[in-house]
Amino acid sequence: MGQIKFQLPPEEILAPGHFACPGCGGTLTMRYLLKALGRKTVVVIPACCWSVIDGPVPYSAAGVPVFHTAFETAASTACGIKAGLESQGDHETTVVAFAGDGGTFDIGFQALSGAAERNEDFMYICYDNEAYMNTGIQRSSATPFGAWTTTTPAESPKAENKKNMVEILAAHRIPYLATASVAYPDDMIAKIQKAHDIHGFRFIHVFSPCPPGWKFEPEDSIKISRMAIESKVFPLLEIFNGVDYRLSREPAGTPVTDYIKMQGRFRHLGEKQIEQIQTYVDEEWERLVRKLAPEQHLHQPESRVASKAAKVILAKSQSRKGATS
Amino acid sequence: MNGKNGNNSGNGGLLHPSVDKVLVIEGTHAASYAVKLARVQVIAAYPITPQTSVVEKLSEIVSQGDLAAKFIKVESEHSAMACCIGSSISGARAFTATSSQGLALMHELLHWAAGSRLPIVMVNVNRAMAPPWSIYVDHNDSLSQRDTGWLQFYAESNQEVMDTVLQAYKIAETVSLPIMINLDAFVLSHTSEPVAIPKQELVDEFLPARKPSFRIDTADPKAFGALIGPDAYMEMRYKLYSAMEDARAVIRDVDSEFAEKFGRSYGGLVEEYCTEDAEIVLMTSATAVSTARIAVDELRSMGFPVGLVKVRAFRPFPVDEIRAIAGRVKKIGIMDRNVSFGATGIIYQETKAVLYNAPVRPPLFGFIAGLGGRDITPETIKEIFSYLLNHDEPESETIWIGLKSKSAKQPEHPLPQNPGGQKKSEGV
Repeated sequence: MGQIKFQLPPEEILAPGHFACPGCGGTLTMRYLLKALGRKTVVVIPACCWSVIDGPVPYSAAGVPVFHTAFETAASTACGIKAGLESQGDHETTVVAFAGDGGTFDIGFQALSGAAERNEDFMYICYDNEAYMNTGIQRSSATPFGAWTTTTPAESPKAENKKNMVEILAAHRIPYLATASVAYPDDMIAKIQKAHDIHGFRFIHVFSPCPPGWKFEPEDSIKISRMAIESKVFPLLEIFNGVDYRLSREPAGTPVTDYIKMQGRFRHLGEKQIEQIQTYVDEEWERLVRKLAPEQHLHQPESRVASKAAKVILAKSQSRKGATS
Repeated sequence: MNGKNGNNSGNGGLLHPSVDKVLVIEGTHAASYAVKLARVQVIAAYPITPQTSVVEKLSEIVSQGDLAAKFIKVESEHSAMACCIGSSISGARAFTATSSQGLALMHELLHWAAGSRLPIVMVNVNRAMAPPWSIYVDHNDSLSQRDTGWLQFYAESNQEVMDTVLQAYKIAETVSLPIMINLDAFVLSHTSEPVAIPKQELVDEFLPARKPSFRIDTADPKAFGALIGPDAYMEMRYKLYSAMEDARAVIRDVDSEFAEKFGRSYGGLVEEYCTEDAEIVLMTSATAVSTARIAVDELRSMGFPVGLVKVRAFRPFPVDEIRAIAGRVKKIGIMDRNVSFGATGIIYQETKAVLYNAPVRPPLFGFIAGLGGRDITPETIKEIFSYLLNHDEPESETIWIGLKSKSAKQPEHPLPQNPGGQKKSEGV
């Protein structure tokens, strides 16, 4: 991978001394979110790791107003704050619901779907660490197939695939939907800033590695995030109005084995199960590629080095299709 | 008699100079018009029978531009309350309305609203809890929420619904606690009555724009509701408790101020009717109070020294008022339109609790009536008074009135042939 040169907004709004574990993806996400949006931002946090990370009373690391709310109410509370600010003539402040995967994929899903359907004017960030990490690593519907959690022990790891939240939200035809990764802060910040300038419901799904939950060393968070992208486990993309799909970064297509083997949560998996994961990832990728408009396959939110041509991906996927059909 | 009826009569009523116009409207619409007069800024609601006409009317009012509010048509009552919490912490005046199952669904967030000390006002149309499905009145829905930190009012008339919503914002914004105003399903929600609509400028004087003492502000960033240790949680709970204690005086003051401006008073936490010289009083709440007024009038005309106490505020509970009444009567009957399984009627429980340490403790009788919309008629009330007149002490902790299994031998508790032993009240 080549050296990427980019400039992050220099101001650190997130204070040091927060309560995150080392290598926490969710904390990097908050850091970049605040860099992208600045201080005219309100963050709504439901029950999740960030209920703790921001700090106990009377401390708050976020540097912007934070409203802690009930587990399933990130979207509905954010919606109320936005309406309240608007009703008092404040049309400037950005309201952000900042929730984990449990609060987004599971218990908060109804409120999220309602807000998306109503196209409420706020931004929803899901920092997805693929399980209930704050309560001690229990499976969520975002936990991938084969993963160990405390409720899916190694003897019977998770038997179901991860819920495809991106497709569910695309089906709501929201104006802006993107995936982002802590491995690419420039991409994440560009997407958050783009979302900032769009009116209506905006959703950014952030891949957020969790060293204690996934069982890897904290210094490998970024590496694992990159491998998730390169192996097509977590494609970086944008979807406009639920139909216009753009790929932000073309994956190298590395085998999922490398990604899987780095994490203790998959340690119990045999070759056959890893093969099963590979097949699922390939199939999901093909389904995604079919949705990309041919000339729009690769679209980096900020015009940086456009690497390979989109048609390569299309050609690849078509040849694979041809081979299997 | 100190039973000055606040409902449309009182010292002014429909002809008071504060009145802009008189509309013949349902209880639900009385709530909607009050929300308009209170200049609510954010409304979030989900439909449930029989609350729907509150939000339908508000939709009309907002769509026609008669109220500059954001109206969020959420996908559940849970989200409705979350939206109210969000808008209230942003500094806006928020409103929602619900009923029964919807209120139960909100339960978690009722705690959140009160714990966040947000002056949200909610109208709850009292409807029995399922199963089996019922859309008719009883009070188990709201009384199940008694420990959430919300003030609770029970309205007797459509005028009282309107007036209590206006009073509620003032009280809520003074004590920083949310308020629930309850009205009986159909008996009030869908019954049309003349309601005096006060002049907007007078309402504006009575209820100026909200001035939140704390709110979300990007210029002064703070975290609200963060994790707190055992070293401080208890103090925050004590503050909430104290705010509820303080609310009693605020309720009385606001009711007096309201009376001065609009000519209608509801007595603050309780309203007494024919109690001055009464030996036996019945305590109850909501629309059954109107029915009981008729029964009391009738029994008084027959010479029975009976009176009536309307429990208007259930939270905070009217401790002083009830102790004062208990100090001067011989028996108190409490008619609950609710039941706490494994215990008794809830207002009965609470009344017993406040009298235990009181210097005078007359015998208390707990009656349960009118569940799931079973009619409470003047006959029901008279049956209760008959029981009170015929017994020195209750035969059981709860006395169910109007159960069909017992109805074969009706009337179970006939009135005594003459007011015997009971002192005739004078002037009747």
